[in-house]
Amino acid sequence: MAISLTVNRKPRTVDVEADKPLLWVLREDLNMPGTKFGCGAGLCGACTVILNGEAVRSCQTPLADAAGKDIVTIEGVTASPVGAKVVEAWTNLDVPQCGYCQAGQIMSATAMLTANPKPSADEVTAGMAGNICRCATYLRIQKAIAEASKAISGAAA
Amino acid sequence: MNAVSVSRRSFLAASLAGGAALTFEARLAFAAAPGAAAPAMLGVFVSIAPDNTVTILAKNPEIGQGVKTMLPMLIAEELDVAWSQVKIQQADDNADKYGPQFAGGSMTTPLNWLPARQAGAGARAMLVAAAAQQWGVPVASLTTADGKVMHAASGRSATYAALASAAAKMPAPDLEKVALKDPKSFKIIGKSRPGVDTPAIVRGEPLFGIDAHPAGMLYAAMVKCPVISGTLKSFDDAAVRKEKGVLAVVPITDGEIPAGKHNAVAIVGDSWWRVHKAREKLAAVWDTAGFDGYSTEGYAAQAKALLGAAPAKDLFKAGNADAALAKAAKVVTADYAYPFLAHATLEPQNCTALWHSDGKLEFWAPTQDPATARGDIAKVLGIDPASMTIHMTRIGGGFGRRLMSDFMIQTACIAKAVPGRPVKLLYDRTDDLRNDYFRPGGWHRMTAGVDASGALVALKDHFITFGENGKPMRAAGMLASEFPGPALADVHYGMSLLKTNLTTGWLRAPTSNAVAFVFQGFLDEVAEAAGTDLPSLMIKTLGAPRSFPSSDPDEPAFNTGRARGVVEAVCKFAGWTGKRSTTPGKGRGFGFYFSHRGYFAEVVDLTVTDGQITIDKVWVAGDIGSQVINPMGAEHQMQGAVIDGIAQAMVWQPTEQKAGAITTENFGDFPLIRINQTPGEVALTWVVTDNPPTGLGEPTLPPVIPAIANAIKDATGKRLRSLPLTLA
Repeated sequence: MAISLTVNRKPRTVDVEADKPLLWVLREDLNMPGTKFGCGAGLCGACTVILNGEAVRSCQTPLADAAGKDIVTIEGVTASPVGAKVVEAWTNLDVPQCGYCQAGQIMSATAMLTANPKPSADEVTAGMAGNICRCATYLRIQKAIAEASKAISGAAA
Repeated sequence: MNAVSVSRRSFLAASLAGGAALTFEARLAFAAAPGAAAPAMLGVFVSIAPDNTVTILAKNPEIGQGVKTMLPMLIAEELDVAWSQVKIQQADDNADKYGPQFAGGSMTTPLNWLPARQAGAGARAMLVAAAAQQWGVPVASLTTADGKVMHAASGRSATYAALASAAAKMPAPDLEKVALKDPKSFKIIGKSRPGVDTPAIVRGEPLFGIDAHPAGMLYAAMVKCPVISGTLKSFDDAAVRKEKGVLAVVPITDGEIPAGKHNAVAIVGDSWWRVHKAREKLAAVWDTAGFDGYSTEGYAAQAKALLGAAPAKDLFKAGNADAALAKAAKVVTADYAYPFLAHATLEPQNCTALWHSDGKLEFWAPTQDPATARGDIAKVLGIDPASMTIHMTRIGGGFGRRLMSDFMIQTACIAKAVPGRPVKLLYDRTDDLRNDYFRPGGWHRMTAGVDASGALVALKDHFITFGENGKPMRAAGMLASEFPGPALADVHYGMSLLKTNLTTGWLRAPTSNAVAFVFQGFLDEVAEAAGTDLPSLMIKTLGAPRSFPSSDPDEPAFNTGRARGVVEAVCKFAGWTGKRSTTPGKGRGFGFYFSHRGYFAEVVDLTVTDGQITIDKVWVAGDIGSQVINPMGAEHQMQGAVIDGIAQAMVWQPTEQKAGAITTENFGDFPLIRINQTPGEVALTWVVTDNPPTGLGEPTLPPVIPAIANAIKDATGKRLRSLPLTLA
């Protein structure tokens, strides 16, 4: 059964099993491999995408649940002003080591800063605790979020 | 140390090929034909395009350690181009052409510091020679900068692009004699450069092994034997073949996948999600007889029994340790232990391969050691190593896991069954955690004697590890020359071996990540008994500056002067007073270790609240020689390795084994460290010494583990001697 959804502001229709996780629909059917597979159990955050404004684990989101929804992935995150600032801060601070988790980190940070542009240090660690970085780039992630937060607040002021 | 046997193997291969000098001469075979439009190759690493863009090949696997940026920096420096002119491309595997291409043992910097600079300087020399010929002036009258050759006397200058095709026809310079820059004039080395792939990573572009997608690609998932070393007896694939998208079912039983059998049945189809789901329809029968007795609990019980007996084998014996202990003013004895651990790279093991119609094999592989994989695949499949092409992808975490060839051999077996179609094998997380080459667990009974002056005078270690016939398994040994043995008159290190069906391997800072905890944790106890602190005991035991040769001929000597340098530096940096904590719940600990050619001393401040340990700050002093090549990359490696060490010390749970099988499921029972468990600060100071620059991926990790254990003792009075450190 064909299912329609919006991905990075473009309408897409896919005709695959309705229980196929959004992660694999993105990677296999929509040729968008930026969203990563880490654990398949919602434990690592590597597959994080933004669904109707909320950060979700795409490995735990059946395609049926994404039907008619508005999805943002790493490939389209800079279309939002917050996403653009997050990606800019990530680049400036050279956050990645291996880089595998960073798409998920950026999506979680973008969702968090969109909802709360000036998070406290505790809010940052709480908001980002679902995303594992095996290389442990956490100190730079914290700095990049602080920089992005400052840039967003500055732009709004 | 064991990690270096990999390096030695690959390095020997390159040496046989003549190393850098010969590979540079090989440029003649690859030099571009004369012609204005074609980029000209100057040696195997450098090509110069008509717009003066310089493309530099990055030859080693990038696992997040930053070599794809660092190695081209070395070449660009001596080539004398502006970093903004440089484009970087990943090289394929070709050790004959490029020299050793593995990511292991923190060896990229020590093995390439000189040859990479010589390659850049050699290309520059050819450009200068071409200019000298065109202008009829002596080479010595020419200078270079930012991709241009200049003749000051006449005011002439030419871009490298204008000279490149003539330069490519110049005779290859003798790289051993080519002039290198005075480090004082470095413009690129020593300046921070962000990772070359960072812009592509933050855009989500396909870079990693899992992202490889050659046209017409199929997907494969595996049903693995639940017990490592077990074998496939039979299977019924009738049901699985009826599943949507399934195209083939391939048993994988071919031979040993280095030193351990990893039998499996692969399911191939048009979607990984489909073939992964189809696994539940496969009925496979495995022969696991004889492996039921292997278990975490069983190993611990056997080790306990062995610790009380005499060691089966001597590792190092000097003087008479028992007699010296009998005379000692104080004797300290304690047992230490650490568990088996998986690697848990965040990108699960995967590989893509295409068996071409002419029998040639092409790989897109996240491998840390392509040359070894090439040899292993050739052996298992009985094919010509030269018939393979290996494209190296960016790697979503290595940590030593991808030094092994298993996932590439499995992919080759699957590709052979579906010739003409590329196929990507991908492990799921449970398979990845269960089918690893684990950091082996181990046990040590330590005994030390101190004399009336508080000096360490005798030391014994009975080390229980895994192996057979007197030989430890991969990454399961320890150095007979482990400090402080060589500094003492009366020493006895002995070893006894347990058997396991598991496969073992190198986990970031292999052997060191365990031995540092044991020795520096125990020496903290010795220092306490001697009425002093660990840095003071270390300085006293290190004594005058001197070198102790390693018991492994491939490993460098241990220099006590360099060790003392970082011990003193970190004490100054952290304001170490040697006084015990007087604030309940607050503690400070110290740890030192020398591994992978790097000397590191670290101090940890932590807080214990209701049994919960919070790391407040870590101070690091390191000596990796005369030059830090990329400071922002170096800082990043150092912080990552320290936090990885904290994870090993406090967060990771043992890889559990029951009745032969690993029982780990996912990141629930094998937790990785998260942002909320990260220390507030990891601060670094360098001790610069007149030694060749060495690597940073590993040596920062080991000292933090004992420093945490020692700080917990300071905070709580409790001495924790088993990893992971828990105050339950």
